[in-house]
Amino acid sequence: MEGGLFSRLMGVVAGLVRGPGGLMTATGLAIITMFALVAIAAPWIAPYPPDVRPPGAGLLEPPSLRHPFGTNDLGYDVFSRIVWGARVVLKVVLLSSLMSMAVGVPLGLISGYYGGPLDRLLSMVMDSLYAFPGIIMAIAVASVLGPSTFNAAVALMVVYVPTYYRMTRARVLELKNEPFIEALQAMGAPGWVILVRHILPNAAPTILVVFGLASADAILTEAGLSFFGLVAVYPQPDWGLDLYYGKNYLLDGAWWLVFFPGASILLLALGFALLGEGLSERFRVRGGSYG
Amino acid sequence: MAGDLLVVEDLRVYFPLYRSLLERLLGRPYKIVRAVDGVSFTLGRREVLAVVGESGSGKTTLGKAILGLVKPVSGRILFDGVDLARAKGGEARRVRRRISAVFQDPYKSLDPLMPVGEQVAEPLLIHRMAGRSEARRMAMEMLEKVGLTPASEFYWRRPHQLSGGQRQRVAIARALITQPDLIVADEPVSMIDVSLRASILELLESARRELGVSVILITHDIATARVIADTVAVMYLGRIVEYGPIDAVVEDPRHPYTAALVTSTPSISRRRPPRFPVKGEIGDPANPPPGCRFHPRCPLALEECRRVEPPSASDSGRTYWCLNPLGPGGLWRGVEA
Repeated sequence: MEGGLFSRLMGVVAGLVRGPGGLMTATGLAIITMFALVAIAAPWIAPYPPDVRPPGAGLLEPPSLRHPFGTNDLGYDVFSRIVWGARVVLKVVLLSSLMSMAVGVPLGLISGYYGGPLDRLLSMVMDSLYAFPGIIMAIAVASVLGPSTFNAAVALMVVYVPTYYRMTRARVLELKNEPFIEALQAMGAPGWVILVRHILPNAAPTILVVFGLASADAILTEAGLSFFGLVAVYPQPDWGLDLYYGKNYLLDGAWWLVFFPGASILLLALGFALLGEGLSERFRVRGGSYG
Repeated sequence: MAGDLLVVEDLRVYFPLYRSLLERLLGRPYKIVRAVDGVSFTLGRREVLAVVGESGSGKTTLGKAILGLVKPVSGRILFDGVDLARAKGGEARRVRRRISAVFQDPYKSLDPLMPVGEQVAEPLLIHRMAGRSEARRMAMEMLEKVGLTPASEFYWRRPHQLSGGQRQRVAIARALITQPDLIVADEPVSMIDVSLRASILELLESARRELGVSVILITHDIATARVIADTVAVMYLGRIVEYGPIDAVVEDPRHPYTAALVTSTPSISRRRPPRFPVKGEIGDPANPPPGCRFHPRCPLALEECRRVEPPSASDSGRTYWCLNPLGPGGLWRGVEA
């Protein structure tokens, strides 16, 4: 109960990093933190503006000391584009994950706890959403809404709500039969007290694991969306978009145009996946649609 | 009687058994488990009633029905004149807070994440009987009362930091804090270390003495029951087969099943009645035998026990449902297997 918020948070992190799965959790957190710092400090880290040809920069220059990741067909510095692009992908993915959680978790709680016709209806809707291939549904939704980071986040939310819903609901079904929930019912506790004060905290580890694994998946889906120009518009810096334009020069030997954005996408997705896997080992969360 | 706290009248709790898809397609009828099948008794204030029986006798379901955790299909549960099976809304809540529960498994009946003191305080908050700080103070007091001292230290502990006995004390503190009139305790000591059982039962006993609560003690162990109970109801396959003052029933049972339960309990004493022989295991509550439900296992069964449901009979303060009861002192004479 003592100590500030920050020191308590550090205590929680230290607890997660020790114990089973701690190495994965730590690696995942380190990767995510690195990208987050890059995104926040983009104006200071990026040596050049991402969408202006720096004076003296050639077109399609291979990596060098001046341009560590090379330059693209318009002479823009690829490293600067990667740095600024981290903002886009993190913004979209974190926003979409938070929105998916905000929708999926409460629905899963209510559906699992109360059951009945509402539960059957919600399960049916979520299962039908879940049956769609994620990337195709995201493309469909994003195409309708038009290209923007917020619309992309909404499209991803639609894809990942069922995952949060299903995992939360499954955990609630387990917890609902625990004697401590029965004890609360026997003392006449109203449903929302049981859900908010007892079931939600006990389901939190599961939700955290889903957050890690679903976010990892969402990064790949987001890359797909931005590849098709549904997140940003060129020349805005965006990893998926850079992949799209970079691929045209692959046969000319300009490998750095696809390698660096691709590797960034992969590394960030790996970070979230490691976080999720590490947490699931730590909390012994079973199953998981992305397990 | 007007002074009775709880009157249970012809209570029946049935559960439908799950049918497989194939069975549903073939139109097989629902199988029904008659967990509690016509139970009646009364409980006075400050009375401790033990409900004993094997697993499957329906004793736990009876407790759950009184706690409102399962719905009876028929019958009445009158608590201080209010029918629990029918009470709704505010009236139900007002009555509900006068009934508390203590469960079997102290490792599972507490929220693993919440400090135990907060869990003791919670019923007060749920029933709006106190504000947050007042509830906290009362919970501290209650922790002291059940022997978890210093309370200020125990208050913030999580369940996993306590022993089984300490957890059950927390559960009892939580049950007592609303000053209930009735506690339903389902096997409160069966998962507690043997050396601590007496002290947990003593807590319930002192709650009766000092706070005047009535207790329904559900247990399979008639020896445990005898420590604190005044009356006993022996259940078999959803019915009460013998009911009366516990000392009379234990020492001189009328029903053969009671005799079997009593003599199957290990005793520390050398002088003990011969083991009363029964055959097999408890029957299927979805498909109870006709006539007296105990007849397939009963060494005293008569021909008519297969057909006739035994009517109630009374003898020196107890009631039993048996066509061929043991006579006074019959426990000590024994029967041939």
